[in-house]
Amino acid sequence: MATSEIELTINGHLQRLSLDPRTSLLDMLREHLALHGTKKGCDQGACGACTILLDGKRINSCLTLAVMHNGAHITTIEGLANGAELHPLQAAFIEHDAFQCGYCTPGQIMSGVACLAEGHAASPEQIKAWMSGNICRCGAYPGIVSAITQTANASR
Amino acid sequence: MTPFAYHASPDEQDAIASAVAGGRYIAGGTTLIDLMREEVEEPKRLIDINQLPLHDIRETADGLVIGALARMAEVAAHPAVARMQPLLVETLLEGASPQLRNMASIGGNLLQRVRCPYFRTLDAACNKRRPGSGCAAIGGINHNHAILGTSDHCVATHPSDLAVSLVALGAVVRIRGPQGLREFPVEALYRLPGDTPHLEHTLSPGELIVEVFVPYGPYAQRARYLKVRDRASYEFALVSIAAALEIDAGVVRQARLAAGGVATRPWRLAACEAALVGQPASQATWRKVAPLSVAGARPLSGNGFKIELLQRTLVRTLELAGEAA
Ligand SMILES: Cc1cc2nc3c(=O)[nH]c(=O)nc-3n(C[C@H](O)[C@H](O)[C@H](O)COP(=O)(O)OP(=O)(O)OC[C@H]3O[C@@H](n4cnc5c(N)ncnc54)[C@H](O)[C@@H]3O)c2cc1C
Ligand code: SF4
Ligand code: FES
Ligand code: FES
Repeated sequence: MATSEIELTINGHLQRLSLDPRTSLLDMLREHLALHGTKKGCDQGACGACTILLDGKRINSCLTLAVMHNGAHITTIEGLANGAELHPLQAAFIEHDAFQCGYCTPGQIMSGVACLAEGHAASPEQIKAWMSGNICRCGAYPGIVSAITQTANASR
Repeated sequence: MTPFAYHASPDEQDAIASAVAGGRYIAGGTTLIDLMREEVEEPKRLIDINQLPLHDIRETADGLVIGALARMAEVAAHPAVARMQPLLVETLLEGASPQLRNMASIGGNLLQRVRCPYFRTLDAACNKRRPGSGCAAIGGINHNHAILGTSDHCVATHPSDLAVSLVALGAVVRIRGPQGLREFPVEALYRLPGDTPHLEHTLSPGELIVEVFVPYGPYAQRARYLKVRDRASYEFALVSIAAALEIDAGVVRQARLAAGGVATRPWRLAACEAALVGQPASQATWRKVAPLSVAGARPLSGNGFKIELLQRTLVRTLELAGEAA
């Protein structure tokens, strides 16, 4: 099988890769770039564990092919902190106990960052509706909603 | 996933020629990649159409034009859509998840494939996936399946929410193919399963959906989409109704109705529409027409509840639409 050459900016770093066209963005991150923060839950678009920002928008990285995104800018959970300083939403997740096993957490945080940027965090009800693409099997939802609420209030 | 060649198409002409030669279009990929991973779909060549200039959403004198590559999220957030067709905003936001709506295109949404679990299980009998193999859903788990438009060969529901509202609004799809441009109502895009459930739509090989036209009508501001499902969000419909009403002096002048989750294609409720015209906009009217929605319904072992649920959902949606605007 022929490989395709692509170039992407991931967490601010330009990466050149030669990939089998079947490679999903998720597998590219995990298998080719050892960025294991982004999780694979279902590999079917049904859980949100693989959420990343693609050109600033949240998407499920399991349902798209890397070759379709030559030239794109990607942010993963690894790119959120500023050195040792956590992103405010990361800090709020710790403060509010917004996780138990932690498997859904990178996806929750990336989705939460987008939810805040989109302006969809005005109330707990709105946060629940706009975070519904991220499933948490441990049921940490109350903490997730309060972490996002606090971050939204702090930036107002 | 079965290996394939990948081609990013620079323009419509190239895309259509590549598809006529046996390639398969890919837009958001949220249906296609999922099914390719399961090896339900095995295209030899993928034609990436995302560079084509089909992303625009614009207003014309008599309606809205939505490019086939506009994303569900973009359409839902567009001010002209909110102003002219609030039904589409409500419908889109009830579908999938914020992440998927950022990825999924309008053309792909219309051509998404069924969510029947047997369709995606390679060792199950499924006439849609393997013609002549039978239908495991008919004697199996069919809680989510259709009661209308079914055949002895397939009972899967059409999963799109958007298509239901577009059918209700009388929207038109514009198609470009090797023979040029043609257009027809969204409703005519879909086939009934009959004895050929593997044939789902009326496009010829290589035909590309370029845009959807949604005519403006006096019912557009009194329009609601109600979706009933097994959980509150991120789930396909058990039953859904799109209802748009024109009411003048308390009397229904025009009604546009379609149902989702209950039929093998987006299901226009023409008999209910006709029965509503000239009637007072009231609870009594809504209740009177509801039984017409289930005419000809054929329940399966696990989905008989949809007969009652469809009627109740219809009454409730008419109530909401009657109050809207
Ligand atoms: C977990 C999950 C939940 C979902 N929930 C919902 C829901 O609640 N409601 C709902 O309506 N949908 C739902 N969806 C389905 C989703 O909306 C569709 O997968 C999406 O709209 C498909 O668009 P796409 O651009 O990703 O299509 P693709 O996967 O790229 O393409 C789908 C099909 O359309 C063809 N195609 C694409 N564009 C064109 C074109 N312009 N012309 C001709 N052919 C074309 C492709 O060849 C392919 O056969 C859900 C999906 C998932 C994974
Ligand atoms: S309902 Fe249709 S899609 Fe499902 S198993 Fe039967 S033939 Fe296949
Ligand atoms: S791994 Fe992508 S949505 Fe579950
Ligand atoms: S913390 Fe365990 S799945 Fe969410």
